[in-house]
Amino acid sequence: MTSERRTALHEEHLALHARMVPFGGFSMPVQYEGILKEHDAVRHRAGLFDLSHMGQFILEGSDVATWADGLTINEVATMKPFQARYNIFCNANGGAHDDVIFYRLPDRWLLVVNASNADKMWAHLNAHRSGDVRLRSLHGDAALIAIQGPLALEMLQKHVDIDLATIKYYFCAEAKVDGVPVTLARTGYTGEDGFELFLPGDRAPAIWRALLAAHEGEGLAPCGLGARDVLRLEAGMPLYGHEMTEEITPVQAGLTWALKLAKPEFIGKAALAKQLEEDSYSRIVGLKMAGRVGAREGYPVFSGDVRVGEIRSGSIAPAVGNANIATALVAKNAATIGTNLQVEVRGERHDATVVTMPFYKRQKTERKGDR
Amino acid sequence: MNIPSDLLYSKEHEWAKVDGEIATIGITDFAQGSLGDITFVELPKVGAKVEQFSNVGVIESVKTVSDLYTPLGGEIVEVNTAIDADPAALNTDPYGSGWLIKIKLSDTAQTQQLLNAAAYTDIAHD
Repeated sequence: MTSERRTALHEEHLALHARMVPFGGFSMPVQYEGILKEHDAVRHRAGLFDLSHMGQFILEGSDVATWADGLTINEVATMKPFQARYNIFCNANGGAHDDVIFYRLPDRWLLVVNASNADKMWAHLNAHRSGDVRLRSLHGDAALIAIQGPLALEMLQKHVDIDLATIKYYFCAEAKVDGVPVTLARTGYTGEDGFELFLPGDRAPAIWRALLAAHEGEGLAPCGLGARDVLRLEAGMPLYGHEMTEEITPVQAGLTWALKLAKPEFIGKAALAKQLEEDSYSRIVGLKMAGRVGAREGYPVFSGDVRVGEIRSGSIAPAVGNANIATALVAKNAATIGTNLQVEVRGERHDATVVTMPFYKRQKTERKGDR
Repeated sequence: MNIPSDLLYSKEHEWAKVDGEIATIGITDFAQGSLGDITFVELPKVGAKVEQFSNVGVIESVKTVSDLYTPLGGEIVEVNTAIDADPAALNTDPYGSGWLIKIKLSDTAQTQQLLNAAAYTDIAHD
């Protein structure tokens, strides 16, 4: 149990009596006070997350953009300075190696990859390295703290030397938080407004403590991976290993908006273009269960007597009237919105309906998004 | 962690309070803490005959689904129907309003196979 790596905030989690679990090679907090309380904090106030387990790679050199464009399905070279962009690295069959975010900084790029894929991605990037491209891994050394929720901006503003409102959704900035230089991005994985702070590991505990101490009274709560998973599922955001895998392509996952077939050659392009063209693939859909029984990963999905797919993620959804929601990979003919399907739970069939994703959408303020 | 001294316990983290030939059964404070926020409970029907240590239901939490085992065998004489509307009672009051089933025991000697509070304390940790 002790073979996992620890993030820079490990002692903070223990002091807050978090329940720690192994995740992506690290010992991570799955919950503090409880998943539902933490979920509520993020939807209505704000939550603080340690995401230091995620892989942070620094890319430098004059060829980074064109090189990365050959390895990914979305555009990299067209990114503006300080822009952030979601992207996917695919294999030759179109399956996903990882889904990532590129952050373009004035003199370098920050690439954030899933913790569980960090080693695989580091090997992949190095295996394909060419031209003027230099790679540096900060994985496990650098910290990542996210503050997410309707009050996140207001709370964080008191600690920052720039006007946070000037940072658009999916953009970032270099700033000082309580005097510490950080890269600060308006990105997240909760369906709420918020920011992610990339900073040196040794400076992270002080900032974590300062944010909690200053804003606990206004409802800022430390949040674990449990709440994060419910939040992202409600917001219809894919999780690698569930909605997307080496076998499940971005097209199947409904991420065609990120696929730029106008780009010249990139790994997976031919396979993805063919899949899209043929349009016969099984695909990820959102399901809402009729009753109170939950659908969980791996449960079979039926249309009448025919097995049409399986559940990939499932949870109770407090922001969707406590309904049981799920994603499922199903055959094309079972994927139309409004289709009635049945999920087999412990040997019994339970009704579910194919619904539009996201399941939950926050009330938009004046914010602008690019995705 | 709360482990009342007047109850009996199973290794699967259920408790039983025996009163004559009727036992009230629930899950322990340790069990509710491990499961996290409980969202749904599936209980057996009144009148069902159940064997000691058999699977009699399901407890769903936000993160996991876990089987419910009965620490004692017999006939189900009552189930806590209030739990359906308020599954969170299992988290907040596992030994009180979070009780799950009452069983008319088939063999009171089965209690000898359960743990007392001191013995249960030894196994109630991660």
